[in-house]
Amino acid sequence: MDVLMLSRLQFAVATFFHFLFVPLTLGLSLLVAFMETKYVRSGDETYLKMTKFWGKLFLINFTIGVVTGLTLEFQFGTNWSNYSMFMGDIFGSLLAIEALGFFFLESILLGVWIFGWKKISKTAHAIVMWLVAFAATGSAVWILTANAWMQHPVGYVIRNGRAELANFAQVALNPFAILMLTHTLFAAYIISAFFVMGISAYHLIRKQHVDFFTRSFRMALVLGLVFSFAEIVEGHMHGADLAHSQPTKLAALESHWQTSKNAPIYLFALPDDANGKNRIEIGPIPGLLSLLAYHNMSAEVKGLADFPADERPPVLITHFAFRAMVGLGFYFALVTLIGWFKRNSLLESPWYLKLMLYSTPLPYIATELGWTVAEVGRQPWIVYGLMRTKDAVSSIAASQVAVTLVGFIFVYGLLGAIGFYLIIKKAIKGPAAD
Amino acid sequence: MDLQAIWYFLWVLLWAVYFATDGFDLGIGALLPFLGKNDEEKRIMFNSIGPLWDGNEVWLITAGGVTFAAFPLMYAVMFSSLYSALMLILFALIIRGVAFEFRGKIDSPGWKKLWDFCLFIGSLVPSFLFGVAFANIFQGIPIDDKGVYHGTLFTLLNPYGILGGALFFLLFLVHGAIWLAIKSDGDLHDRAARTASGLWPVLLVVAVVFLIASKFTTPIYDNYTAHPMLFLLILITVLALLGVKLFLSLKNYWTAWLSSAVTIIGATFFGFVGLFPNMFPSSLNPAFSLTAYNASSSHLTLQIMFTLAVIFVPVVLAYQIWVYSLFRHKVSKEELGYDEAY
Repeated sequence: MDVLMLSRLQFAVATFFHFLFVPLTLGLSLLVAFMETKYVRSGDETYLKMTKFWGKLFLINFTIGVVTGLTLEFQFGTNWSNYSMFMGDIFGSLLAIEALGFFFLESILLGVWIFGWKKISKTAHAIVMWLVAFAATGSAVWILTANAWMQHPVGYVIRNGRAELANFAQVALNPFAILMLTHTLFAAYIISAFFVMGISAYHLIRKQHVDFFTRSFRMALVLGLVFSFAEIVEGHMHGADLAHSQPTKLAALESHWQTSKNAPIYLFALPDDANGKNRIEIGPIPGLLSLLAYHNMSAEVKGLADFPADERPPVLITHFAFRAMVGLGFYFALVTLIGWFKRNSLLESPWYLKLMLYSTPLPYIATELGWTVAEVGRQPWIVYGLMRTKDAVSSIAASQVAVTLVGFIFVYGLLGAIGFYLIIKKAIKGPAAD
Repeated sequence: MDLQAIWYFLWVLLWAVYFATDGFDLGIGALLPFLGKNDEEKRIMFNSIGPLWDGNEVWLITAGGVTFAAFPLMYAVMFSSLYSALMLILFALIIRGVAFEFRGKIDSPGWKKLWDFCLFIGSLVPSFLFGVAFANIFQGIPIDDKGVYHGTLFTLLNPYGILGGALFFLLFLVHGAIWLAIKSDGDLHDRAARTASGLWPVLLVVAVVFLIASKFTTPIYDNYTAHPMLFLLILITVLALLGVKLFLSLKNYWTAWLSSAVTIIGATFFGFVGLFPNMFPSSLNPAFSLTAYNASSSHLTLQIMFTLAVIFVPVVLAYQIWVYSLFRHKVSKEELGYDEAY
C-alpha cells in the first residue's frame, strides 16, 4: 500500500475510534449536569447517587475521548501536510479557537468537578458541570465548523498558491456547518439516551435499584424521544441541502446515475461503481428523490453519470451506509415512542427493557455510518471541489505510516477493549450501596 | 514589531507554557517508580497531579492548533518531518492519560503495576523527545526546498539532540519533584525534596554544557551578539535555575517551583530568540529554512487569531491559576479515601 492509502486508513481508524467516545461526552455531560441540578434544588440523595454513578461512567468515556483526540489534531500535519499548507490559513484557526476557547474550559473544570466535591459549594459544583457540558458543545461547534468547511468551503480566496481567509463570518456561520452541527449533536443525544436507557434496562430487568434506574430511564427517554424525531426532520433538511452543496454526494446516497426529472428512489438498488449504473433496481418510487431534494416531485435531480468518473465518490459504500443509517434512525424514533407509552409500566414490560438493553450499541453504529456517508461521500475530494485527497498527503515514507497504523490498531484496540470493559463492569455493578 | 514577529513570540510562549505546566506532571510520572515506595505513596503521586494534568495538556493542543493557525507551513513541515518522534510522543501521552483513569478501577496489584508502568513510560518518552525535537530545531533539520525531510528518527538522535533531551528530562524531573514536595508530607515529602536537590547539580551541569554546545552546533548566539541586551534572557534563566537550589535549601517550595517554571520558560525562549526569524532552519540549505515570514498565515488570519489570543490566553490563565490554588493543599489520607480519587 502507498502512503495515501495507509494515511487514509490511519485517519479513518483514528477518527472512527475517537468518535466512539465523543458523543457520549456531549450528551451525558448534559444529563449529569441536569441530575446534579435536581439534587441541589431538591436535596434528594437519589439524584446525588445518579450524578455520581453516571458521572463515573462519563469520566472513563471522557478520558479515552481526550487522549484519542490528541492524535487527530496532529495528524493533519504528520500525514496531510500538503492539505495543511494549502488550507491551514482557514482550517488551522478553527482548531486553535476550539482549544483556546472551549477545550481548556472543559478539561480544567472537569478536574474541579472530579476532585472538588468538598472544595466548592454544591451550587458551584453543579455549575461547573454545566460549564463542562457547555464547553464540550462549544468544542463540537468549532470542530464541526472545520469539517463543514472541508465539505462546503466558503469565505476563502485562492491567493499565494493556497486558500486564504477572505471572510471569517462566512466561515464561522457556514450554513453547512449549522446542519452538520445539529445533526451530530442530535446523534450524540440519541447515543447518550440509549446508553442510559440500556444500562437502566439491565438493572430494571433484574428489579434492582428500581427507583434509581426508573428515574434515569425516564430522563433519558425524554431526551431520546425528542431528538430521535428531531433527527429525522433535521436529517431530511441536511440531505436536501446536499442538492445544492454536494450534488455528487446526494446522487451517491440514493445511487442515482442518470439526471432526470421525477427522480425515483428504489426500495433496493445495488450500485455498480465500475460501470456507472445500478446492477439491480427493485421497486422504484417515482418522484420521491425529487420530492425529498427539492420538495417538488418533478424537479430535476443530477445523476452521477453527469460527473466525470474521477469526481464520483465510491457509491456502493456511501449508498448502503446511508440506507442503514436512515433505517436505524427510524428505529430509534419507533422504540422511543413505544417507550413513551410504557414509561409508567416499565417493570411490566421485560421484553421492552430487553429490547432497549440490546439496542444500546445501535446508535453508535448509526453514528459511525453517518461519518462514513459524510467522509466517503465527499471523495475524491478532501475539500469538496477544491482539493483532491490524493494531492493532500505528506511526502513521507510509507513504512513509517505502516508502522504507526499497526500501532494505532493495536493500541486503540486494547484501549477500546479495556475502556468498554470498565464501563460495562461499573455499569453492571450499579450505584454505591450506601 | 510586525504581526508575524508578535506571533512568533506568542507561539514560543505557548510552547513554553506547555512545558512549564505539563512539565511537572510529566516529571512526577517519570519519578513514580523511584519515589513511590508503596501503593499509598504512588496514589499520592497520582492524585497530586490528578486534577491538573488534563488542563496542562491542553496547552499542547493549543500550541499545536496555534502552530496550524498562525504558521500553517511550519505545522505541515514540522510535524511531517518529526513524524516518528511526534507519533511516539502521542502514543506515550495516550497510555499515560488513561493510566490516571484506569489504575484505580480494578483492585489488583498486577493491574496497578501495568498502569504505573504506562504512566512512567508515557511521561519519560515525551519529556525526552520534546527536548530532542527542539534541540534539533535549534540546530537545523535536513529539509529540502519542498519541506520534505531527509532523515529518520535516528537522525534526530545526534549528540546535541540527545543533550537537549537530557536537559528537558532533567528540567521536568526537578520541576515534578518540587511539585511533589509541595503536595505531600512525611517520608514522601522528604524524599521528593531530596530528589529535587540531588538532581539539581546534574541539571546545572547539563544546562551549562548545553549553553556551551549551542555555541558550536547552532547559530543561536548570532542574535545575542548582534543585540547584547538579549543576554539578559540567559542571565534571568540562569538566575532562576540558581534560585531553584536556593529556595529548595530554604524549604520555600512554592518559590522554588516558580523558579523552576521560569527556568523552563527561559530555556524554551533561549533557542528561539537566537533563531528569530527562523522557526525551522534547514540544515541542507539556509534558503530552505522556514521563517516567521515565509511560513505564516495571511494577515487577516493572524489579526483575527491575535485578537482571540489576547482575550483568551489571559482568561484561561486566570481560571487555571484559580484551579491550581484550589488544589494547592497537600494530598491528605482522607482525600485518598474519596470515591473519586485516583
